[in-house]
Amino acid sequence: MSEPRLHGNDLTLAYDERVISRELSVSIPDGSFTVIVGPNACGKSTLLRALARMLKPSAGAVHLDGQLITQYSTKEAARRLGLLPQSSIAPEGITVADLVSRGRYPHQRLFRQWSAADTEAVADAMANTGITDLRHRRVDELSGGQRQRVWLAMVLAQQTPILLLDEPTTFLDIAHQIEVLDLCHDLHVSHGRTLVAVLHDLNHACRYATHLIAMRDGEIVAEGAPSAIVDETLVRDVFGLACRIIDDPETGTPLVIPAAKQRVVTTA
Amino acid sequence: MTAPTTPAPADAGRATRRITVAPTDLSPTGYVLRGPGELSVRFDRRVVLMCGLLVALLIAVFLTSLAVGDFTISPGDVVRTLFGNPPDPLADFIVNGRRLPRVLVAFLVGGALGASGAVFQSLSRNPLGSPDVIGFTSGASAGAVFVILVTGGSMLQVAGGAVIGGLATAIAVYLLAYKRGVQGFRLILVGIAAGAMLTSAVHYMLMRAELIQAASAQIWLTGSLNTRAWDHVIAVGVGVALVTPMLAVLSRPMRLIEMGDEAATGLGVNAERTRLGMLLAATVLAAIAVAAAGPIAFIALSAPHLARRLTGASGAATGAAALMGAALLGVSDLVAQWVLPTPLPVGVVTVCIGGVYLVWLLAREGRRNHV
Repeated sequence: MSEPRLHGNDLTLAYDERVISRELSVSIPDGSFTVIVGPNACGKSTLLRALARMLKPSAGAVHLDGQLITQYSTKEAARRLGLLPQSSIAPEGITVADLVSRGRYPHQRLFRQWSAADTEAVADAMANTGITDLRHRRVDELSGGQRQRVWLAMVLAQQTPILLLDEPTTFLDIAHQIEVLDLCHDLHVSHGRTLVAVLHDLNHACRYATHLIAMRDGEIVAEGAPSAIVDETLVRDVFGLACRIIDDPETGTPLVIPAAKQRVVTTA
Repeated sequence: MTAPTTPAPADAGRATRRITVAPTDLSPTGYVLRGPGELSVRFDRRVVLMCGLLVALLIAVFLTSLAVGDFTISPGDVVRTLFGNPPDPLADFIVNGRRLPRVLVAFLVGGALGASGAVFQSLSRNPLGSPDVIGFTSGASAGAVFVILVTGGSMLQVAGGAVIGGLATAIAVYLLAYKRGVQGFRLILVGIAAGAMLTSAVHYMLMRAELIQAASAQIWLTGSLNTRAWDHVIAVGVGVALVTPMLAVLSRPMRLIEMGDEAATGLGVNAERTRLGMLLAATVLAAIAVAAAGPIAFIALSAPHLARRLTGASGAATGAAALMGAALLGVSDLVAQWVLPTPLPVGVVTVCIGGVYLVWLLAREGRRNHV
């Protein structure tokens, strides 16, 4: 099997003196929808940031397409790998289409600021995220769910084969969470993109991921297809939660049912 | 059944060679200009229109400044004098020797302050960002006052003292605020602290000084365009000309940094290098302006806001802010010289205009945050 396009070897990840992960190795299978899960502060966002070259590893290296990711110019790297950060700031008064068009920056130059390919990429990204009708609205007037789709469209317009998403569903209500995840699923299935997302909800991860990475205390505890690795022992080891696993009646993927502390008596 | 096809226009091949302007459909006023090869430049119709109006205003201020004074010259004579055909030698001396350099210094200093303020507001992501936030103006004042009090100082030495004081403060603040890159908020806090300390240093020096020297330092501290001549025009002009290309190249990535460092880096912007470059450019612009005319207050703060309000642009519009700064200082200098009963240093007028504006801005921001 050939080397995957994105992988990190023996990564030591730290913020100043505080070490999050030691000698962590990770491979992102090509064409997968990889989801990283784990309890708060387990280092999952840190790992994603290192893969996205936002955090320089104190030791070890991240490789992208057979080269050290640091050997690419930052613009060249941005043509291969896109990142949706946990939080971004929409400039005051910017329109939806204008914000999405900023995703084209790595494909532009000082005197080539808007090509036909740019127009097409922005139109496609807005169509795929269902925001075409919102294109002349101001981003600061939109709801949280709409805004998240706009940011996603901006990263899509970048047209990178690999997309990294840092908690794309946080702060969204359940319907918008599912909407964003369905969208990710479509991107992965019909556009053949490799997606890596950090998610909080284990059940969402099981339902949408083709490859799951479970982390605790900066280490990878298990990785593989959700149905192959998620069981009561893993959930207890990773999250410290007693639970039962049943088949998701919709998809057949593992569904985590947390154990009740005590029998809940319901009275009619 | 065949789909109806649109016949290709006969000049389709040639169309790519011409310069064309077309809407981008990205915003209601967004357009793209295409030229030979792959050349394409995005612009906003409203920004271009408003910049045009500002240029018209600058021309009006320019001609008025040359015509009005103790010795009034008719607009026609002003234009003739400018084109080397003065009606008499006195008009030549007054227009080309006195009023022309003064109004040019006003435009260049105002433009430099406006652009500098736009960059600082963008980098600090704060509407109150200006060269003052990194303690620059206080540093420049301390340097200049030191030179005036200690050496007596020619104009050039005072300017040198201001530049050194300002740059040293800017570098110190940048290094003190540096922690895995520089965040806007930390930059502001460190800058305010440094500015406060330097302001007390200035007060201390003034208290200890001889009365006459203290008075001349005080005049410099107000900011004035009196007795500015061609050597000022050349010095400021060369500095502005050197920094402008850097601003032009860096302003596109700078606008992406407004979305946050991670978003910008993800899009291929080297955030730290861009920020350092823009800080350098904005600091040099502020240094030139302060060295030439003293610490003229509020232009750097208010010009970017007014420009943004006028153009409706999102984020910092450096060019429009520069034009607005030039117009503000040009008008303020006319007011300072001729409208008031006694001529005043222009810094007094900008403080009055800017103070009112600042109060309005703070009241408005306060309402928005608390409703």
